Amino acid sequence: MRALRQIGLAALGVAALSGPLHAADIVIGVRSEPSSIDPYFHNLGPNNGMLGQIFDRLNDWTPGMDKMFGRAASSWKPINDTTWEFKIKKGIKFHDGSDLTADDVIFSYERAGNYTGGNSSFRTYTKGKTLKKIDDYTVHIMTEKPYPLMPNDTTTVMIMSSEAKGTGGKNKGISAKDFNNGTAAIGSGPYKFIEWKKGDRIVLEKFDGYTGPIAQPWDKITFKFIKSEPARVAALMAGDVDAIDNVPTSDVERLKQNPKLSLSSGVSNRVIYLHMDQFRDSSPFVTTKDGQPMNKNPLRNPKVRKALSMMINRKAIVERVMEGIAIPAGQLLPEGFFGRSNKLQVEKFDPKGAKKLLQEAGWGDGFGLTIHGPNDRYINDAKICEAIGQMFSAQGIPTKVVTMPKNVFFKRASKGAKGGLPEFSFVLVGWGSGTGESSSPIKSLLATHDKSKGMGASNRGRHSDPRVNEVLNQALATVDDAKRGALLAKATEIAIGENTGIIPLHYQVNTWATRKGLKFDPRADERTTGYDYTLVK
Amino acid sequence: MQSALVVVIMSFIVFSGVFLVGDPVEILVSDDADQEEREMMIKSMGLDKPFLVQYGIFISKAVRGDLGDSFVFQEPALLLILDRMPATMELAVVALLIAIIFGIPLGVWAGLKPESLASKSIMTGSILGFSLPTFWVGIMMILLFAVLLGWLPSTGRGDVQIILGMPISVFSWDGFSHVLMPAVNLALFKLSMVIRLARAGTREVMHQDYIKFARAKGLKESRIILVHVLKNILIPVVTVLGLEFGGLVAFSVVTETVFAWPGMGKLLIDSIGLLDRPIIVAYLMIIVFLFVFINLVVDICYSILDPRVRLEDIKS
Repeated sequence: MRALRQIGLAALGVAALSGPLHAADIVIGVRSEPSSIDPYFHNLGPNNGMLGQIFDRLNDWTPGMDKMFGRAASSWKPINDTTWEFKIKKGIKFHDGSDLTADDVIFSYERAGNYTGGNSSFRTYTKGKTLKKIDDYTVHIMTEKPYPLMPNDTTTVMIMSSEAKGTGGKNKGISAKDFNNGTAAIGSGPYKFIEWKKGDRIVLEKFDGYTGPIAQPWDKITFKFIKSEPARVAALMAGDVDAIDNVPTSDVERLKQNPKLSLSSGVSNRVIYLHMDQFRDSSPFVTTKDGQPMNKNPLRNPKVRKALSMMINRKAIVERVMEGIAIPAGQLLPEGFFGRSNKLQVEKFDPKGAKKLLQEAGWGDGFGLTIHGPNDRYINDAKICEAIGQMFSAQGIPTKVVTMPKNVFFKRASKGAKGGLPEFSFVLVGWGSGTGESSSPIKSLLATHDKSKGMGASNRGRHSDPRVNEVLNQALATVDDAKRGALLAKATEIAIGENTGIIPLHYQVNTWATRKGLKFDPRADERTTGYDYTLVK
Repeated sequence: MQSALVVVIMSFIVFSGVFLVGDPVEILVSDDADQEEREMMIKSMGLDKPFLVQYGIFISKAVRGDLGDSFVFQEPALLLILDRMPATMELAVVALLIAIIFGIPLGVWAGLKPESLASKSIMTGSILGFSLPTFWVGIMMILLFAVLLGWLPSTGRGDVQIILGMPISVFSWDGFSHVLMPAVNLALFKLSMVIRLARAGTREVMHQDYIKFARAKGLKESRIILVHVLKNILIPVVTVLGLEFGGLVAFSVVTETVFAWPGMGKLLIDSIGLLDRPIIVAYLMIIVFLFVFINLVVDICYSILDPRVRLEDIKS
């Protein structure tokens, strides 16, 4: 092939013969590189997506996150209020040929739960849980209080072989390095880890002993890390890669016209929204109209917050700024997810109504505002901030727009002010629900910030309403799905519908592109997994 | 002695600069993590300690050759960078060769026949090389040679062979085709500079007495140019290229990003994005060493090219 290419080049000077080397190999150009092959090192999208191909979890999500299915687990059910029983499928093999049993599950949960080092662990999902082996293929997971999210939590922690050998001291004697060079990277997933050339590529190979529910359409999957957006698109157009993820919205229309490519888009579990300072009487970036500091904070008034929400023309943002690649949002999760409210609608663009509400609240003359946002974190984040700034300014709230790189922004937005308090008054951020239902965003974004309870960790506006906390806690202790869903919907209705604790803008839509003849099943969790690509006949 | 001082001062500036920007924990931590988890991370990275203590720990380790562990990968920062170094070196050397092989003949030609059309085109072209932004040229090259013509692969590095213990890719066709575009992209600026230096040098040298004398002696024109002119214009070229080679290595960042070249520059950019402080500090320390080393090599090259410059003179 290579020789052919050379002859083609030298003799004819025409396009190199393109196409993959082997029919069942695929090369995928992806934006983000994982930080480790150790499955418990870093609880983050790129790692979870990549490693989920190598390691099984007890349960997993279908690409749309609308259905959970058992990967290592054959069935799961609560046997009493505080105990869940997980049956493990028989005959699952690790890549080294050994069997996956209850011991491996317990080993994995222990290593994940006690992980030292790393960049944010899976403790969030293992905390307060005790695992007990009943027999080789049955595990009981016990909690102190009733815990309905058990199945959801088991879609996160991956299962490694308890026989893996390492060279380290802590973390059961296996360090991240042992995974990165492959010696300890023994999972039971559909693909085996072959190599990781940092900054360049990760290569996976089909595991012949795999018997699980996930398809294995490829013999070899190569992930190439191409961070630069134009370069990633060009690599696809040049035929160097078969597929790419994170197609920039500005290129989507153009690529759609290209007969050699096909695109697939899917709504993600990530909502883009605005936090408003609700804990300071004098908020540093809420001023009088001519920019003087004020000792009153209009954002503490729910009517003002509601009015601001009504001033935003979400349709215009989606159509103009996002080029149609987003869905206007009225709550925390898009349709189809668990724990949504059916009553909440997308806030209508209503300048007159907003004006009236402001007057009712005693702020008819308006005030000055600064909106802060990152400029390299979410799709078109800086442009969205600018659009909102203009909409507010046009409606009597003169608004300054300040955007900055994410590595500066998030520190200041979370704890830039004295005493580790959020620095800004009005920020744009996004949130993807890791558990695929609405308790995670309510807990982190809208529950009262309380370190001892682990609530409101990302509540950068410090919205606080005891009713929300109460309904949420009730929901978190309700095992019955229908009842819990109703409670979560109620909490959302109070926090967003009544209080406008945050202003939801839109759900992000992600776009993947492939060469013609391939298809990608878009994933709501924003992961780019090789096995979700299929050949179309 | 001076160099050591430079290194120490650099380490302080870099460390305090990096310390001021952002919070790595906020960038790395998962959205779901609660406050307790965040605090554990801050502790495990040693970020709970005051600045001077952190700097003290860094220095005490650095003198033992340990520049700390990367926050992101939790492997030694130095090794991570050295791991990427061959790729960047390879790119820089190829770019340098392109600049010399094409730059000197073109520059000499333009210097010998300053009024000819070819010379004028060369000089105009070199202005473009100076003024067009690297990333734009890079993307245009990808569009032309990879997307439209399909002659060269668009991004990445080709197959690697181990030669003299170094992973090198240029000696296979696959590797060479991958390196060609980024190397030309990186070389453009230097190429223009070499052309201009060579042209200016040639024009000056051609009026010197020894060239007239050589002509009077009846030497062939080719010998005059290849021996007498070339040797004399090389000194400024070597000086500048020597210093610029450091620049090529240190700041191939843009080219590496555009072409997804897995070198140190790309690692640096990624690390800045993720606030991986140990990598940023270690990278800049390595670059400081590199510049000091290159200056030494340049001085040695002088003495070979111009016997009047002796190493003793340089030392004093």
